[in-house]
Amino acid sequence: MATVRVQAEDFDVGRELEALTRARVDVGAVASFVGLVRDANDGHSIRGMTLEHYPGMTEKALEEIVREAKSRWDVIDCLVIHRVGALQPGDRIVLVGVSGAHRGEAFAACEFIMDYLKTRAPFWKREETPEGSRWVEARSSDDEAAGRW
Amino acid sequence: MLTVLYFASLRERLGKSREEVALPPGTPTVGSLVEALRARDGRWTEAFAPGRSWRVAVNQRMADPATALKPGDEVAFFPPVTGG
Repeated sequence: MATVRVQAEDFDVGRELEALTRARVDVGAVASFVGLVRDANDGHSIRGMTLEHYPGMTEKALEEIVREAKSRWDVIDCLVIHRVGALQPGDRIVLVGVSGAHRGEAFAACEFIMDYLKTRAPFWKREETPEGSRWVEARSSDDEAAGRW
Repeated sequence: MLTVLYFASLRERLGKSREEVALPPGTPTVGSLVEALRARDGRWTEAFAPGRSWRVAVNQRMADPATALKPGDEVAFFPPVTGG
């Protein structure tokens, strides 16, 4: 039972990860990734950012990525929460959590979900710098990371 | 008719987030739709110039220029994604 959520509100990492194991005794490992807003990017200081997305497609794309992860690795459950709207440096952007019987599969599925999310889920960041605001350019290193899988 | 959506920098460049567009004649594909959009004026020609990086989704699934289109389809154009 995978959970995918796109929301403006912050999330509680501890509570979300705890929910992955609630009332279960077959989980031996939970791997997670938390992405945050940095105060600098490409040599510019960042005052904040706005995340735009494609409502409807975003959820479908994330669900598809989770389905793919579950078909490739023997994991029990996956969680993806991604925020949209206005964010400040230090704010959480994204949480991926994967539970499984063993750590290896959970680690791999978690990294795969993040790499695919970076290149396939329709989100766009607009950063506010002291010189004005600008759209973040996609990085070729993200394509390379997704290409490994 | 098609519903065509534009996101992020492409939306800003074109000054439009959504419009209804007639299906291109012949066997309509994403490629023939892009040709029709390119023919509009300089802003559109530039936004969809060869070599410019854009992505497309049809009915909320990633697609490419060869993807066929039918009446009622939702086509979305956007720059490479930058979430996460």
